[in-house]
Order: sequence, then structure tokens, then C-alpha cells
Amino acid sequence: MSGVRVRGLTRRFGTHLVLDRLDLDLAPGSFTALLGRSGSGKTTLLRTLAGLDPVTIDATVTVPQPTAVVFQEPRLLPWAPVWQNVTLGLDDPDARARAIKALGEVGLDRHADAWPLTLSGGEAQRVALARALVRAPHLLLLDEPFAALDALTRIRMHALVLELWRAHGPAVLLVTHDVDEAVTLADRVLVLDHGRIAVDLDIDLPRPRAAADPRRARLRADLLDALGVKEAIL
Amino acid sequence: MSQSIGQSIALAAPTLRAGRLPWPRARLRRYASVLVLLLIWESLSRLGVISPRTIAAPSAILASAWTLTITGELPANLLVSLARVATGFVIGASIGGALAVVAGLSRLGEDIVDAPMQMLRTLPFLALVPLFILWFGIGELPKIALVTLGASFPVYLNLFAGIRGVDPKLIEAGRVFGLSRLAMVRRVILPGALPSLLVGLRYALGVSWLSLVVAEQINATAGIGYLIDDARDFLRTDVIVVGLLVYALLGLGADALIRGVERRTLRWRPSLVAGAAR
Repeated sequence: MSGVRVRGLTRRFGTHLVLDRLDLDLAPGSFTALLGRSGSGKTTLLRTLAGLDPVTIDATVTVPQPTAVVFQEPRLLPWAPVWQNVTLGLDDPDARARAIKALGEVGLDRHADAWPLTLSGGEAQRVALARALVRAPHLLLLDEPFAALDALTRIRMHALVLELWRAHGPAVLLVTHDVDEAVTLADRVLVLDHGRIAVDLDIDLPRPRAAADPRRARLRADLLDALGVKEAIL
Repeated sequence: MSQSIGQSIALAAPTLRAGRLPWPRARLRRYASVLVLLLIWESLSRLGVISPRTIAAPSAILASAWTLTITGELPANLLVSLARVATGFVIGASIGGALAVVAGLSRLGEDIVDAPMQMLRTLPFLALVPLFILWFGIGELPKIALVTLGASFPVYLNLFAGIRGVDPKLIEAGRVFGLSRLAMVRRVILPGALPSLLVGLRYALGVSWLSLVVAEQINATAGIGYLIDDARDFLRTDVIVVGLLVYALLGLGADALIRGVERRTLRWRPSLVAGAAR
């Protein structure tokens, strides 16, 4: 299994330089969170890794295959039952059985034949997670997948994502603007600023990470500082 | 479904709102005014206030409808009209649908197809009748051609808009999960455009009937329009009204048909889903 390797990735929209000769390596099986202010290019970087945005000629982007994405919105096809959404694009005669197994891992196997629009926001996002995992990805890209969920559902989703990451072992890149989320989940936190990786921090705290842990609180303060947020004002 | 909801509300209503009638009587009241109007019309006809040359009495219309049916005159003409509308509609909807797919799925297709379609669309197509007679004569061809032309535009316009209106986020998701171009069209774009297509088909059916009415004024020798035209020559207002009623019933039937298709194919929609699940 190989990891992600990015060299010299530049991306500009008009005169605005979004990514500036960015270098990035992600080890196989690692869990990395990518933080940054809005407009800092986090999503552009993720979309490039997902193959949705073009790669400039002078840049090198190597991504392990298969790669799967969970977007901020579930993006399920409302006209296909849940299980068919999970196996979207898979060519497998036993698709339904695979879908039900994947749905079982996110606790939704009973909803295999439901229509997506009958699901709650959290359930729909779990289906999106099952759709990503069913293809056994070597790289799992998460684009603020919990941002639209309520706080309690988000905590449950965090636990679920960690559990699935341990079980399947893909490299995970989680784009988020939530410092707490990054510190709770990731082994490594990156901060994107002015088109470059400005902070690269390893987090070697044991899980589960208590919110009251002083080491965690210090990391959180450091990261907020790097993001230009002065918490003392609050 | 909606009836049972209406019923349960109405049953609960008397205790809450004294003025509300229970369901069967409320329905009766809705039709009572229509019945009274018919009775007034009938009595005025019998008293000789309304001449049968202006319009026949409801009882006379009913009697003609019965006679026309048992003599086989109405069914035979009905079949002719139905065949015209069905042929024209199917050809028109297919052409409109095919052009919409070509224009909707590619920029090149849009450039080639859309401009002429938008130009032709602004033409009131019923005004083409004189040209159609010159081109196709006065047989079946101009009649079917008129229905075809009328049916093709609503399908084209709605399906084209529907294809272009498919959520780009879903298309992106399809790309990420490796859908081929064909699979993308089959699983994402066409299902996404289906509600628009059904709206287009419904419009197209309405326009088809309208075209049929106009087309059947062109020297027809059979069909409901012929029945009406012929009755005019003999001042048979009763037969004319029977013809009009048949047109109305056919329109209603066609609409119900499309709605049936809608219920079957759009089961995933929240309103329909809620109705089916609980």
C-alpha cells in the first residue's frame, strides 16, 4: 500500500493564489486532519486528491487507488434505494450482499431498501460513509463530513469513523475547520495557510482523548493560535 | 389517500367546528349547485325559453350520447380520434425527447439543436395549418403532423431543462465513484430529469388534444371533430355537446394516465414516500 505524495501543487483562481507550490506526504494508514481558515484552499487540495480538480503540468500528485470521498452533504441519489447508493459504480454481481455488509458496519443494514430522503441527516451521512468504505479505499477523503450534523450526532460519528478507520486501515485525510474535531480524531494535524502547509503537528496522545487532558488543551490553543484566533478574547 | 385524510378530519370536525358538514353531505353540497343549474337548464329548454338550435336540453344530450354509443357511431369515431392523437403524441414526444437528450448532454448538441427549436417554439404552430394542407393534403397526414409538432415542444423544453438542472453535486459524486459516461446518464442524469420529463409529457398531452380539435376541422371524414362538424350542418347541438364532452373526458383520462405513471416512477419523492410508508 502506498501513500499520498504531492509535489509543487499550485492552483490559482484569477489572481488569487490558492495553493502555492504545496508539498504533502501522507503515510499509508495514517489519520491526518487538515485545518485552515475558510478560503485557505483545504477543499481545493482535497478535490485535487479526489481527481475532481485538474493537476497542473509541473506538479506531481500520486494518490493510492481506490480512493473514496465523503462530502459535506451525503450526496445520495434520491431515486435509488439506499443499498444501490452504497454500491454506486461498483461492478459486482453480489453488490447487494456487499452493500448490506457495509451498511451493517454503520448500523443501517435494516435501511437497505429505504429511500434516501426518508433518512435523517446523520443516517444519510452514515450511508455516505458506507458507500466510501464498501470499495475498500486506500485513501479516504473526508470533506467536512460532520459540519452539518448536530453536536450529539457528530460525537457518535467521530466514534464511528475511528472504529472504521481501525478496522479497514485506509489513509484518512479529514478536512475540517473544527480544531476540537481535528485534535480528537487525528494523529497528525496540518494547518493550511497562504497556499502552503504552515503547521505540521504530530499528536501522540492515546485515544480516547479526554477533553480535560491538559496536553490536548495546549495543542488546541497552539492550533487556534496558528489559525489566528485569540481565544482570550472569548 | 387524500380522501381518507379528508374523511378523518371531517369526522372529527363536528365536535370542534359546528358549522362543518360531515364528509358525505359536504360532497353532496359541492355537486348540488351543478345539479340545480342542470335542472334550471332542463326546465328552460322544456318551457321553450332556450331553443334547441342554441343548445339542446341536458336530457336530449344524454339521449343522443346513448344513441350514438349503441349505434356504434361514437365508438368508431372515438377510435379514429384516439389513433390520431396517440400516433402524433408518440412520434412528437419521441422526437422532442431525443432532441432534448442530444441538446442536454452535449454543448455541441445544444448549439446545433437548441437555437432552431427555440425559434420554432415561438411560432404558434396551429397557424401552420394552411401550410400543412398544402404540404400534406387533407388526409390523415396533416392531422397527425399537427399533433406531432404540438407534442414535441413541451417534451423538448422540459426534458432539456430537466437534464441541465440535475444537481451538479450528484454528478460529481458519480464521477468520484467511477461511473462511466453511459452509467452517469442512466443512473444520475435521466432519473434526475424524469420529473421534468413527466411535466413535459403532461403538457404535451394537453397540447395534443388541442391540436386534434383543430386538425379535425380540416375536412375530416371520421373522428370526434367530424362528428361535431357534421352535427353543425344539421343544427344538432345535442351531438355537438356530446362531442365536446368526449373531448373533455379524453383529456381527463390522459391526465390521469400520466399521473399514474408519476406515482409509479417517482415513488422516492418525500410526499409520495410518506404516503406509501405509513
